[in-house]
Amino acid sequence: MISPLTAGPFLPLQTTESTRVGEPWLNITIFGLFVAITLVIVLRASRNNKTAADYYAAGRSFTGPQNGTAIAGDYLSAASFLGIVGAIAINGYDGFLYSIGFLVAWLVALLLVAELLRNTGKFTMADVLSFRLQQRPVRIAAAITTLAVCFFYLLAQMAGAGGLVSLLLGIDDRVGQSLVIAVVGILMIIYVLIGGMKGTTWVQIIKAFLLITGAFIMTVWVLAIHDFNFSTLLGAAVETSGNAAITSPGLQYGLTGTTRLDFISLALALVFGTAALPHVLMRFYTVPTAKEARRSVVWAIWLIGAFYLFTLVLGYGASALIGAERILAAPGAVNSAAPLLAFELGGPLLLGLISAVAFATILAVVAGLTITAAASFAHDIYANVIRRGKVDPDGEVKVARRTVVVIGLLSILGGIGASGQNVAFLVALAFAVAASANLPTILYSLFWRKFNTQGAMWSMYGGLGSAILLIALSPVVSGGETSMIKGADFSIFPLNNPGIVSIPLAFFLGWLGTTLSKRTEDPLVQAEMEVRSLTGVGAEKAVDH
Amino acid sequence: MGSHPIEPDGGSPGPDGGTPGTGRTDGVPAHQAAPAAGAHTAGTAARPAVDFTEVQEAEQFRELRKRHRSFVFPMAVAFLLWYFAYVLLADYAHEFMATPVFGNVNIGILLGLAQFVSTFAITMWYVSYANRRLDPIAANLRHELESAAPEAFSDPTGGKK
Repeated sequence: MISPLTAGPFLPLQTTESTRVGEPWLNITIFGLFVAITLVIVLRASRNNKTAADYYAAGRSFTGPQNGTAIAGDYLSAASFLGIVGAIAINGYDGFLYSIGFLVAWLVALLLVAELLRNTGKFTMADVLSFRLQQRPVRIAAAITTLAVCFFYLLAQMAGAGGLVSLLLGIDDRVGQSLVIAVVGILMIIYVLIGGMKGTTWVQIIKAFLLITGAFIMTVWVLAIHDFNFSTLLGAAVETSGNAAITSPGLQYGLTGTTRLDFISLALALVFGTAALPHVLMRFYTVPTAKEARRSVVWAIWLIGAFYLFTLVLGYGASALIGAERILAAPGAVNSAAPLLAFELGGPLLLGLISAVAFATILAVVAGLTITAAASFAHDIYANVIRRGKVDPDGEVKVARRTVVVIGLLSILGGIGASGQNVAFLVALAFAVAASANLPTILYSLFWRKFNTQGAMWSMYGGLGSAILLIALSPVVSGGETSMIKGADFSIFPLNNPGIVSIPLAFFLGWLGTTLSKRTEDPLVQAEMEVRSLTGVGAEKAVDH
Repeated sequence: MGSHPIEPDGGSPGPDGGTPGTGRTDGVPAHQAAPAAGAHTAGTAARPAVDFTEVQEAEQFRELRKRHRSFVFPMAVAFLLWYFAYVLLADYAHEFMATPVFGNVNIGILLGLAQFVSTFAITMWYVSYANRRLDPIAANLRHELESAAPEAFSDPTGGKK
């Protein structure tokens, strides 16, 4: 889901003379089957989409295990599959470090956020943040940070789709890639328009199942080749690479003091960003009770944990069976480790399946992001800020649907524009913004009685602004070999990830703003929020009984 | 599903069974009156007042909050310390992490896998704690509140709030 910072999964693809593996038509056929099957399911699931709660929160009808699988689906993007397997295959242990950060982060969601948030809010993150503070300013700020995170993430995914397709389907030219991005965008619009939250959740569930099953089969296969002995596998990887250091940390991040600091910054953004990603937060509303919200996080943790253990085996497997040189020489470079391994193990058919799963993954993740962004715009900005709540839910859903189309078209254009650029940093930025702009305010609102509107404003805008500013002044944008803008250097900030500065800053600003403000918020509403968040009163469906 | 004790309001039609919509005779759209959509409506005439400060001060609620916080706060601090200790070791103690333990498996790999184990363990621990120590009180409070003012907590638009 996030990309290795320096060796991004969606690097511009070299159209090298290296051998292309697999059968593009087979990959396209399998992907077409996935689209056809999921479309039928989305159509069936959408029959009962009537109210706003149906459209945004799937009528709160999903069970914990279903929703947990969908959360895993949202979380395990193509970059997380291809990127982490590739990172482990090339950089060994340092690739494994990502997996651990991604997994441990879920404890923040489980312990501090998921249930309380679900009990308090209705459809969006802003519902919770503005609950006991001044409505309009807080809602606007929360909607802006939600849209910012969704936008960065969407752009990275769409640009990645172009790169992935040239890798998997053998389409190299710019026009062909743009066409594929447009197809992904249009399919995504159709899914979200017709299916709403229910449809996109089902797409996520199917995709997560396919992705985890595919990774599991390949893992067993790789282990079988190595006598089901992990140590033997490590030995084979060391032998192929000729470098014993791949089994211990340091290859990627141990280079200089700056890269080491960069890794700490990334670790902070991962651990504090995950629980504040708006598309993940929105998923907690699709279940009927707090207990189901808890179960869904537990399922997500098991599935995501298992998946990352698989990627550890797959990464070292690719390292042992294929070798870093061949991977780096293939089109897609580091991203091609998993597809090459699939081809090595199961020939064109397994490659086709894995490719289709990777592609489906992009489709499902962009759908999840789009419905989150559309809900935030329609529910927060349109219904509550522009119309000041004087709009019926039908009108709100109508606006949400129109927003979906606009966001879809924007992301197609943005994706085409960004295709071929090194935009891998956008995913890291999305995590950093979530961790700095969203999480401090979420935690303060839930746990700090004195927290007030000024604190929320300072923390959200301060976190958002500092994260974006620091990224703009960092080597990922200018001044480095792989920077987005070449030929210019205004990189004053040395790190690729702003988290180490922007996250503490946002927590500090939240405290400072609150302390300096003369305003005290209504204690009645604070009491209401606390009682609701812990008991779930009024938020439980009758199924609890 | 839960193991909550028998509620005192067992005879009532159920937490969400209150007559939907009756609480809003003032023409405010249900959507707006839903608490999450408008905090200003809280405590106003838009819906029957539930004195949440009274609930907040009640012995039972304070116990619930104490049990919740006394578990999640120390646990959050503990897992964050353990995670960042691991990150710092991986970042600055390469030699130590490369120490072989058996075969080709070294301390780094084992500590990494230990992060998985601790994450799974904390998850299961919390679930069992919440089921035993939190859910019964929360359910009890919820039923008390909802039976005292059913119309305050029903939302015809979503079956929630």
